[in-house]
Amino acid sequence: MTAVETTVHGDGHGHATNTGVSNEKVAMWAFLGSECLLFGALISTYLLYRGKSVSGPTEPADLFDIPFTSVSSFVLLMSSLTMVLALAAIQRRDEPRLRLWLLATALLGATFIAGQIYEFTAFVNEGLTISTNVFGSSFFVLTGFHGVHVTLGIVMLLSLWGLSARGKLPPEKSETVEIAGLYWHFVDVVWIVIFTVIYLVP
Amino acid sequence: MTSVLEPSTTLELPPAPPDPVLRRPRNTQGFWGWITTVDHKRIGIMYGVTAFVFFLFGGFEALLIRLQLAQPNGTLLSADLYNQLFTMHGTTMVFLVVMPISAAFFNYFAPIMIGARDVAFPRLNAFSYWTFLFGAILINSSFLLGGAPNGGWFGYAPNTSITFSPGHNIDFWIFGLQLLGIASTVGAVNFIVTILNLRAPGMSLFKMPVFVWMTLVASFLLLFAMPIITVALFLLMFDRQFGANFFNPAAGGDPVLWQHLFWLFGHPEVYILILPAMGIVSEILPTFARKPLFGYPVVVFSGIAIGFMGWGVWVHHMFAVGLGPVAVSAFSISTMFIAVPTGVKIFNWLATCWRGSIRLSVPMLFALGFVAMFTIGGLSGVTHSVSPHDRQQTDTYYIVAHFHYVLFGGALFGIMGGIYYWWPKIFGHLLSERIGKLHFWLWFAGFNLTFGPMHILGLEGMPRRIYTYDENLGFDYWNMVATIGSFVIAVSVLVFLYNVWHSRRNAVPAGPDPWDARTLEWTIPSPTPAYNFAEVPEVHEVDDFWHRKYGEDDEGRMVKLAPPDTEGSLDIHRDDVHLPSPSYFPMVASFGLMVIAYAMIYRNYVVAVVGALVLLGGIYAWGLEPSSEPHDDHGHDGGGDAPHDADDGGEHKGVEPADTPDAALGVSSGTAEEVTS
Amino acid sequence: MSNLLARRRGLLVVVVLALLTGGCANSDKPQSYIAPEGPIARQLDRLWDPVFAIAAVFFFLVQGLVLWVAIRYRRRGDDDNPKQVHGNKAMEIGWTAAPALILAGVGFFTVINLVDLDRIPKGPEVLTVEVIGHQWWWEYQYPKAGIVTANELHIPAEKKIDLRVTATDVIHSFWPPKLAAKIDAVPGRINHMVLEADADDVGKTFFGQCMEYCGLSHANMRLKVVVHDAASFDKWQRDQAKKASIPAAGAPGATGAELFRTKGCGGCHTVKGYTAGQVGPDLTHFMDRKVFAGAIFPNDLDSLRTWLRDPPKAKPMDPDNGLGMPNLGLTENEINDLIAFLQTLK
Repeated sequence: MTAVETTVHGDGHGHATNTGVSNEKVAMWAFLGSECLLFGALISTYLLYRGKSVSGPTEPADLFDIPFTSVSSFVLLMSSLTMVLALAAIQRRDEPRLRLWLLATALLGATFIAGQIYEFTAFVNEGLTISTNVFGSSFFVLTGFHGVHVTLGIVMLLSLWGLSARGKLPPEKSETVEIAGLYWHFVDVVWIVIFTVIYLVP
Repeated sequence: MTSVLEPSTTLELPPAPPDPVLRRPRNTQGFWGWITTVDHKRIGIMYGVTAFVFFLFGGFEALLIRLQLAQPNGTLLSADLYNQLFTMHGTTMVFLVVMPISAAFFNYFAPIMIGARDVAFPRLNAFSYWTFLFGAILINSSFLLGGAPNGGWFGYAPNTSITFSPGHNIDFWIFGLQLLGIASTVGAVNFIVTILNLRAPGMSLFKMPVFVWMTLVASFLLLFAMPIITVALFLLMFDRQFGANFFNPAAGGDPVLWQHLFWLFGHPEVYILILPAMGIVSEILPTFARKPLFGYPVVVFSGIAIGFMGWGVWVHHMFAVGLGPVAVSAFSISTMFIAVPTGVKIFNWLATCWRGSIRLSVPMLFALGFVAMFTIGGLSGVTHSVSPHDRQQTDTYYIVAHFHYVLFGGALFGIMGGIYYWWPKIFGHLLSERIGKLHFWLWFAGFNLTFGPMHILGLEGMPRRIYTYDENLGFDYWNMVATIGSFVIAVSVLVFLYNVWHSRRNAVPAGPDPWDARTLEWTIPSPTPAYNFAEVPEVHEVDDFWHRKYGEDDEGRMVKLAPPDTEGSLDIHRDDVHLPSPSYFPMVASFGLMVIAYAMIYRNYVVAVVGALVLLGGIYAWGLEPSSEPHDDHGHDGGGDAPHDADDGGEHKGVEPADTPDAALGVSSGTAEEVTS
Repeated sequence: MSNLLARRRGLLVVVVLALLTGGCANSDKPQSYIAPEGPIARQLDRLWDPVFAIAAVFFFLVQGLVLWVAIRYRRRGDDDNPKQVHGNKAMEIGWTAAPALILAGVGFFTVINLVDLDRIPKGPEVLTVEVIGHQWWWEYQYPKAGIVTANELHIPAEKKIDLRVTATDVIHSFWPPKLAAKIDAVPGRINHMVLEADADDVGKTFFGQCMEYCGLSHANMRLKVVVHDAASFDKWQRDQAKKASIPAAGAPGATGAELFRTKGCGGCHTVKGYTAGQVGPDLTHFMDRKVFAGAIFPNDLDSLRTWLRDPPKAKPMDPDNGLGMPNLGLTENEINDLIAFLQTLK
């Protein structure tokens, strides 16, 4: 490994880091690494309890409306696209478009959450709650944790939108959008894994 | 390119609020100066002092435990109180003593040892401390609020389920640990970024002091271990509060899942506890032997190896669970082989001292004590890896002896050595050598008198976690010896406190480099100025400071060089270094977390929402205030890099590295191009 | 200085020796697993002894080196300038490889023994005992003989016995150290323990304890293993399989038998042929047992009386939350009557 030169500029601006990656971005990557373990533990728990329920609905297929969930998953995936567009907008210094795409991303995320709330309600009506059996426990906790992550992401996006609307998110700070985007894409990728594990794997 | 320095950024603050609490704190002196500080050194001191107070708590709990067990059928404590005390003793010593004292050293010294002026995110650092403090207060407040946690530090389900532990005891444990977990995870992120990004010019990763390396490894372990215990605690919370069935066998839940999750966290946790102490010892031994660390790369790599292998041994805590011969064989073997990098370190430390010029000052006594005592813990650890026989040993006092030799004989010896070693840098004066030696020998004797006999008690079949034993089992003699030993340790701690008081009263300025040491922290005045380095140093070698002072002759013997010019720079006083401003909001956000935790314990979800709003408000206010208040006269010179203007609060600069960034640093290389584009 | 050091060292040796002689005066401790008495525990001990010896060698090596460097290489003065050695590849490879090789050997024997010891005895002649952990006592069921008993496990010598270990509430761990290594009793799982006693263990009673922290009275969850020869074990099984003979009205213990029902004892305790409680220990042949209440009290009049006056006081329990036996508020007369009844349960 070669030595890393840190160069300190005399102008008081861009402080280079040893890695060449900004502190914020390294921090976000580290945090997402930690999140991987969090979801890893939750997904493992879900997998461990597959088919271990002793009563109540034990087969996901008994309850799941796969087409419905597929559509809401698609909505969430589309939000990753709009997130990319938001970042592209700020990088081209197009602030109105930035706000548009941030809002679109937040709305798509909110649509996904609405779908999740609908699904949870439907399951409860069909007799599956968190305390019905281990399937109910692990299903609601895993998807619920993911839902909370999406919700926090929406709060983050709306905050950025608000900052931008007040002129506090100039193109020079495009990295803020990029870092929020890292989080958002991560949450989407995690959903692909969860969706596969819960809904698609027989 | 905007900068934090432009006046426009102040518009985010409410215009001249009448309430003084809302005004940006400016005072760095006195009580509020400490409450609002974001200085890594002050936060380090606060971590250390807090952890030491909890060390006295945990020690007091241990003395009560020892008094109860001094004789058969002891009656000092009730069964319930005893169970609370052993649970809190373990929880306190792990989460509130060894981890935060290590965090204290990380905080104070890791930035200085890499030539930085602060950590990457100073306010986030303050947030870590306050969250740790509030978590510690929360978990200990249970003693006054109906009973402390009583499920053991390992909290095995289903004993901790609502059926078998209906009180709030376990809830305090769950939410206390959640807060501590947040504090540790956030701190780990901060230290990883600091060490990866803020090293002084020339300090490549393999020129870093070993202590910084071990901090980095421990931070990565924290980063990946904490989410697992977080999940486990959440699952338990859902079982207890919302009727989930994760650990309810009647509904198909499996209590063994708890053990897997807990030990998947818990074993890396052991290395989180011991690696910083190994780092400290790796700094002390070369200094007091006047020789470089023998095989620096090997010591570093074995630390990294321990970090990796630490993830593959957790089942050795579960050999008696009945997991079948395949799993047990695999984990026996992995457990045996984690002893290899540990053994390598021990031999390298001994080789460092070999033919050295050893000065037995107090830090060195503790460091040598570490090598000797930790070896005993390591060797008994190898005897546990013989899994068929481990089913005899496990849950007996033999195990209690083992992990106290690792965590007391190891971690605490190293930490004590670190305290004596770095005290002059923090407070400007040395601790008394004479009293320190008395402290060491009492500590050493008391330690062996307390925990040595526990090996024998364990082999004689004394179980852990029992509040009483019958006289016909023959445990009385060694238990009495152990109890006497524990009071010798208590006396040694009093001697240490006396030393602190005495040395402060008779303080003689220590000067910048009292030990003739090797690393960057000794190039600057003691106590460290607020800005750490008047000039950001340039690094050329491992142990750079040593190489400025000494060279080697043809035979490789050390030769004193002309006094380094850095000593001249010690007189420079800088008031033009732009430091991050103090802030209330990290503490406000942490306070919000504590409100949520108390509300969850008492199932008051309305108050929990209030706490969440406090948290959110704190985070928003923190995000909107600039990391440092603008100075009218902001004179940067060539070397005068502000600790960094890029705080976590939203000041994002386009980073323009003048030189090619090293993409091999473990950070995805794909991100590098974005910053240059 | 060196004189003082020498004196100190002498003192240290004296102290350590004095301590050790004090502790060794009575070395045959009833739960000591380094003094095994059954073939399985002995096999474990044989596996461990060489590992301990290797550890001892390394112990003396490292401690010796620490003392050596601390004494031999003490700084002589300020111009004591040691050679700056940065490392030595050959040596470092050596002290990486040597322990690794030794551990590989230890690992080999560990795995061999592990596989051997985990072999569950099978066949129609194998005695199977269900061992069930409760808060805070052990229940033993002999399915073939139709026996249910508590706290004292009775086994025949010179036979491999298959214990099927589980728990009803929290995790416990079953451990008769002189005969075998512990196995956890996990609710929802069945673990196997192979138990075997020698011919010369016949007539002996071995001590043991619950080894997994199981809440309030974990310390009071002890156990005994009683070893029989084949004939006396058969007799014990035949006796235990019998129903209790309940005293007829007017006979000694008859009042107590009535109280046993009316005070609710029978709701928790089974007396075969009389009551069918499922919570507490089966009391059908109570007087056959030498100990009671998690094997912590001798089964005598005084202990029984103390127990019945206030069970949670005699042994910490939490009956308010359904854990353990409540205080039934019995009068002294009622206690005497109940004890009279219990004494008929032979």
